[in-house]
Amino acid sequence: MFLINCPFCGEREQSEFKAGGEAHIVRPKQPTELSDDEWAEYLFMRKNIKGVQFERWNHVHGCRKWFNMVRDTSNDQIKAVYKMGEKPPVK
Amino acid sequence: MKNKYSIFSLIKNAFSYHENWEKAWKDPEPKKEYDAVIVGGGGHGLATAYYLAKKHNMKNIAVVEKGWIGGGNTGRNTTIIRSNYLWDASAGLYDHALKIWEGLSQELNYNVMFSQRGVMNLAHNLQDVRDLKRRTHANRLNGIDAVYLNTEQVKKFCPIINTSQDIRYPVLGGTLQRRAGTARHDAVAWGYARGADEMGVDIIQNCEVKGIKRNGDTVEGIETTKGFIKTKKIGVVAAGHSSVIANMAGLKLPLESKPLQALVSEPVKPIIDTVVMSNAVHAYVSQSDKGELVIGAGTDDYVSYSQKGSYDIVEGTLNAILELYPIFSRMRMLRQWGGIVDICPDASPIISKTSIKGLYFNCGWGTGGFKATPGSGDLFAHTIANDEPHKLNAAFNINRFVSGDLVDEHGAAAVAH
Repeated sequence: MFLINCPFCGEREQSEFKAGGEAHIVRPKQPTELSDDEWAEYLFMRKNIKGVQFERWNHVHGCRKWFNMVRDTSNDQIKAVYKMGEKPPVK
Repeated sequence: MKNKYSIFSLIKNAFSYHENWEKAWKDPEPKKEYDAVIVGGGGHGLATAYYLAKKHNMKNIAVVEKGWIGGGNTGRNTTIIRSNYLWDASAGLYDHALKIWEGLSQELNYNVMFSQRGVMNLAHNLQDVRDLKRRTHANRLNGIDAVYLNTEQVKKFCPIINTSQDIRYPVLGGTLQRRAGTARHDAVAWGYARGADEMGVDIIQNCEVKGIKRNGDTVEGIETTKGFIKTKKIGVVAAGHSSVIANMAGLKLPLESKPLQALVSEPVKPIIDTVVMSNAVHAYVSQSDKGELVIGAGTDDYVSYSQKGSYDIVEGTLNAILELYPIFSRMRMLRQWGGIVDICPDASPIISKTSIKGLYFNCGWGTGGFKATPGSGDLFAHTIANDEPHKLNAAFNINRFVSGDLVDEHGAAAVAH
């Protein structure tokens, strides 16, 4: 259980949000050109990092908007929150 | 040769106040080189080592464990064992395990307290009813015992369930697998550890893997907190930390590691003599031999390695428990904890070779790995020893995510993941 600072609504309980998995996975521009390996990489393979990870979240029980988050998965500490389309604020 | 556990050894040791029991396993320092190293000393890893030594005559092997054996998800699950999965591949895999469970205490000379008290899965809506009926038929075609129960039969089998049709998620029916049940989780790890140790397997605790050394596409050994260990074969059975180990070898896996929570109540007299799973509302309950209600919840939806989950998940589960079992309304909960489970996109495990020669992965068991412990170890040992999968785990290779030949047990397995 942790608090999330929604970039649109401010600080709310995590239970108002839905996690959307790893962020910055780019949809292939030419899907027809992709090999099976590349499709598998895009669809299924995940970094699943223990440590600082970039993720997508949705404020489902609030503004219902998607945004990005940088979070340490080893202790659930949130490092940064930023809107879709913005550059990640921390490395 | 270890002394056999029996009523006579129990009496004999009683005279010395149980202070002179032989150690169940040694505590060795790692050797320079092994024929194979298993990473992860949980039930699956220890079972793998046991069957490698027993069935494939690989005695010069080690199990390395970063904490203590059985201290990860083996000690954190709700001990439910069943094999009523929908698809043929899963049915083969899980029933193989269930058949080994049935003779495991005798084989290991270690009481794993396997109790075939039956597992009942409840249906709460019309789609549940259709799915569970379909699964019952599929199970029976695969030789797995399964019956469909209507609401009255559910009530008769487990009288404390609230079968009123006026509740939010009424019980419309359920399935029952009578051969299913529970086992004592610690005993499984300890029994396999004792058996493997007896055959010469080194069980090395407090030994964390820090890196995997490769020469091109072949493994050469592992870097650990106790130094470098040379080996040609590495079997990784690291559950929630599988991706961490895979990253060391430069591999990516189709896994997400998420917290799964469970809790136990204060001990009470026998009240529920079976296991009841209610997948639509994520409420799983059974009673341990100590008398505690063992309650399982659903997973949190975010990646985390913190071994902690969110309270709203526990609250949701307890809401469902109280609606289904009003008699538990004044029970007090003693402990609550989380384990980190590695979930595959198709909710089926991976027991497979990889693109790196000598590196094998047994992972992706997600929320339901305990039930498969003996079968998983047996089949993974076969895969490592022969460098080829057994026919029962051939479908659970890692290439299915490339070929698209998934074993989709989401929901089909009677569990909403």
